[in-house]
Amino acid sequence: MAPKNSKVTRNPNLIPGIGKYSRSQMYHKKGLWAIKAKNGGQFPHHEKKAKPETTSEKPPKFYPADDVKKPLVNKRKPKPTKLRTSITPGTVLIILTGRFKGKRVVFLKQLPSGLLLITGPFKINGVPLRRVNQSYVIATSTKVDISGVDVNKLDDKYFGKKAEKKKKKGEGEFFEAEKEDKNVLPQEKKDDQKLVDASLIQSIEAVPDLKAYLAARFSLKSGMKPHELVF
Amino acid sequence: MVKGRQGERVRYPPDQFSISINRIYVAPIFMNCCLTLALIFLYVFRLYVRGTVLGYKRSKSNQYPNTSLIQIEGVNTKEEVSWYCGKKIAYIYRAKVKKNDSYYRCIWGKVTRPHGNSGVVRTKFKSNLPPKSMGAKVRVFMYPSII
Repeated sequence: MAPKNSKVTRNPNLIPGIGKYSRSQMYHKKGLWAIKAKNGGQFPHHEKKAKPETTSEKPPKFYPADDVKKPLVNKRKPKPTKLRTSITPGTVLIILTGRFKGKRVVFLKQLPSGLLLITGPFKINGVPLRRVNQSYVIATSTKVDISGVDVNKLDDKYFGKKAEKKKKKGEGEFFEAEKEDKNVLPQEKKDDQKLVDASLIQSIEAVPDLKAYLAARFSLKSGMKPHELVF
Repeated sequence: MVKGRQGERVRYPPDQFSISINRIYVAPIFMNCCLTLALIFLYVFRLYVRGTVLGYKRSKSNQYPNTSLIQIEGVNTKEEVSWYCGKKIAYIYRAKVKKNDSYYRCIWGKVTRPHGNSGVVRTKFKSNLPPKSMGAKVRVFMYPSII
């Protein structure tokens, strides 16, 4: 419906809940007398729609002894964390914590969970395709051209833990099963890494010193004050 | 209490692989993978600001140990502290008994607000800092970051 420019009430509020005009004054203002006159002394009246016949419900066979409270319906749809304006696709980020702390890394996109998708690129500084939380990252003003990179297939499920296969554990099998699934990076992930990095590395090499910059780690030196640094 | 501006630490010649003065603490929470390489160069990638524990929040004859006061290096005014508000702090100390494969233990906390006009900061820790921490060093990290 087209929005009205300004809805003007015929009955301004003196105080919320108390209008200026009385019921009979409003009757006159709204022109209800004219509507009645047009309709022969009565308000226009339309037939009620006939309700479709519903099959009568059978009374339930079982009533629970106590009234069970239904939990309230939760219609919340979590949104991904708001991305800082300083972080745009292609920004170089400094990771502050974790295995790769101090590494300078390229930001690819924000995943639906809110985490940031980043890559080293792997060849340059050993950081693979990875998720990182926005709070543990400093955004620098350096940007990398990211137009050649296709990140559509990467999402949270790609990075999530694989669902553990349920195995019937006999006593003998118990120890063997533990050893199998560790630390094997599927070839598919390695290929994805190479794919994403290929065009990235090209655009990085186009900029002088950027490769060395990404390879170097960030560190606070003596006399450096983070509150005065401009990243 | 440190009164007035803190002096700058003496700068060592800018050389990427110079020997750092700091003792290398193996932080119990994070494993620094490059530590093995760093042992060759003895260079630690410091991603925290050094701080000193000054004591507890107190009046003349009462102290309130749930809040500790920290002097962050290089921070000298109330306005500069606003950058650090909310940042995580770790008080790291040695113990005689190995716990979780390490002799080092940590109490986590955060910067809550400035204290006075000269850059001192109030902090709250998960459990109150022990009295022996007065005068000890503390690490003020740069996360949760908003830049």
